[in-house]
Amino acid sequence: MRGIAKAIICTFALTAVAVLPASVRPALSAENVLIKAAVIRVDSQKPLPISRLDLPPDDLGFVGGQLATADNQTTGRFTGKTYETVEIAVAPDQAVAEAQRLVGEGIHYIVMAGDADSVLAVSDAVGDRALVMNALAADDRLRNDDCRPNLLHVVPSRAMMTDALAQFLVWKKWREWVLIHGSHPEDLLLAESYRRAARKFGAKIVEERIFEDTGGARRTDSGHVQVQKQIPVFTQRMDDHDVIVAADEADVFAAYLPYQTWDPRPVAGSAGLRPATFHPALEAWGATQFQRRFERTANRYTRPLDYQVWLALRVLGEVVSRTNSYDPAVMKAFLLSPDFELAAFKGVKVTFRPWNGQLRQPILLTGDKVLVSVSPQQEYLHKVSRLDTLGFDEPESSCKR
Amino acid sequence: MIRSTCAALVAAAAMAAVHPANAYTVYVTNEKGNTITVLDSETWEVTATIPGGQRPRGILVSHDGKELYVCASDDDTVRVFDTATLKQTHTLPSGPDPELFILHPSGNPLYIANEDDNIVTVVDVEKHTMVAEVPVGVEPEGMAVSPDGKIVVNTSETTNMAHFIDTETYEIVQNVLVDQRPRFAQFTADGAKLYVSAEIGGTVSVIDPAAGTIIKKITFDVPGMAPEALQPVGVRVTQDGKKVFVALGPANRVAVVDGDTDEVVEYLLVGQRVWQMAFTPDEKFLVTTNGNSNDVSVIDVEAVKVIKSIQVGEQPWGVAISPN
Repeated sequence: MRGIAKAIICTFALTAVAVLPASVRPALSAENVLIKAAVIRVDSQKPLPISRLDLPPDDLGFVGGQLATADNQTTGRFTGKTYETVEIAVAPDQAVAEAQRLVGEGIHYIVMAGDADSVLAVSDAVGDRALVMNALAADDRLRNDDCRPNLLHVVPSRAMMTDALAQFLVWKKWREWVLIHGSHPEDLLLAESYRRAARKFGAKIVEERIFEDTGGARRTDSGHVQVQKQIPVFTQRMDDHDVIVAADEADVFAAYLPYQTWDPRPVAGSAGLRPATFHPALEAWGATQFQRRFERTANRYTRPLDYQVWLALRVLGEVVSRTNSYDPAVMKAFLLSPDFELAAFKGVKVTFRPWNGQLRQPILLTGDKVLVSVSPQQEYLHKVSRLDTLGFDEPESSCKR
Repeated sequence: MIRSTCAALVAAAAMAAVHPANAYTVYVTNEKGNTITVLDSETWEVTATIPGGQRPRGILVSHDGKELYVCASDDDTVRVFDTATLKQTHTLPSGPDPELFILHPSGNPLYIANEDDNIVTVVDVEKHTMVAEVPVGVEPEGMAVSPDGKIVVNTSETTNMAHFIDTETYEIVQNVLVDQRPRFAQFTADGAKLYVSAEIGGTVSVIDPAAGTIIKKITFDVPGMAPEALQPVGVRVTQDGKKVFVALGPANRVAVVDGDTDEVVEYLLVGQRVWQMAFTPDEKFLVTTNGNSNDVSVIDVEAVKVIKSIQVGEQPWGVAISPN
């Protein structure tokens, strides 16, 4: 009975694939096939976060991957596939060597949770032997001038995140912003992204201030006593504004702004109202199910990187199910075709932008304990997809692959 | 407002003249309000609102009309009410987080989708015991049973499959991969076709249950509406198979599909975020639940027109109508 059942399942699985419009030929046999992928997390020495709530757990990102592998396996159980995921945490100078080794072991799908330079180095090293899925680096250059033929992105670009916030602020008619940004290179990139978003959606940055990182300990006992005195002084005498937008990717000052500014104005950006790919308080669109499954596996709340790695591996599960192939070229063609779509607990299907491999997706705007809004805001129209109102659109793209 | 009330009264009077006993009872679960709204299908008025437990969702009436079953998802139980008194008589073990369920054509057992645990739980409604647990894909929701009672179909929202379960052995004998996030399954009365809706995929797959193949995918298109808003959930088919109704979620519309060609012929505007629907036993009316406008809409099936909306509780989810 079991053998017959298994044969029936495999036959029907292939039959189901055969009637789909996708024009790719199956490359895997009907027997049980191993799909082995990797998650490489590049860890570099970083200062402590301002808030202990942001301390990274050791399994950050990896647990999201474990959940996705388990989710993929429930489908694989019925379609004759076994999913395995190798997780490694490496220093930046080890990333390329490790990626080469993994490709040598038959891995054709590498999820990168690392900085832009590591992502590019790995993409260039593996070439067409593997698909690289970027789950962390938000740099717009990876989607534009520094795009790569084998590189796709599940994490939104900086431009998508800042556009998501800008749309909501403009919807609120909070059009006059003060931009406070940090002094690190990533802060400057984020600040430029907010400037671009303001121009794009019709907001006005009335004033800018720089919060210089002068070093020192991130946390001290009774440090709030000084913060309470310093922040009002830092923010006094600003031009009339509706909201303070903080660009603090290096996590030096933004968390100290809410309720400490001179003027009673909301804070948004790196603190206060924040754009995020996911949030543990999200319950809409069946997300409660994700939260519960994740928390049972991880014994902690989900973080954006966990969700991003989960998404990256769910992409793999979906493309293998639909194409019955683990060939990087075949998978990439399907992922960039109109036939690929994935449910991501954000209410609409997520798909890849064919011109630069960026996953289109709604961006959450989160505040204290509940969801505040989701962008793109409904009132923004677009001739292809409302999701393309976030980030660099096709006519603006400088990616040549 | 007065015109539509008159029209409704005239329709009711006309109906009363032809069919004497046509006052059916409509039960609606209000997911957020934790209540069940009871309506009369002759007057289309709310006759009672009763407590439904925590997060009531799936709802159905027993084949003899005597019992009302409600999935109280956050209570992890199925609540059973006496339809004559509207009092809860007992609960049934359901497994965790029951969302939707279906009764075997014979009236027993009850097959329940446990959204959180990736299983279908089979419960004996007379003995009040769990008979079996069938492991399925991730996030089971949709439940359907073939007219001959031999196969129960469950859809798994994240695995994107319709699983066909043999009702004698409780083994999964077939799986069909459908589009993203399948939430509902519905057999035609003759068992020849199975409709499975994919909420995020935006399609309804028409499946040949015997062969396990997708014969056709119904897609939806409303001019001026963003395609991602067309999210099919509930599907209901008339007994003669000629009319198929599909609830399209945030598109606020019900699609009317020709059951022979499986082509969309019309879109009916109802309330906001329409998910589930139920026919009156005489198939004169189809009631839809509109989760975000807190009302239900009544569709005249023959005329293919929405005739009325009635306010119910907060975030109406499921609807079931008495057989008598």
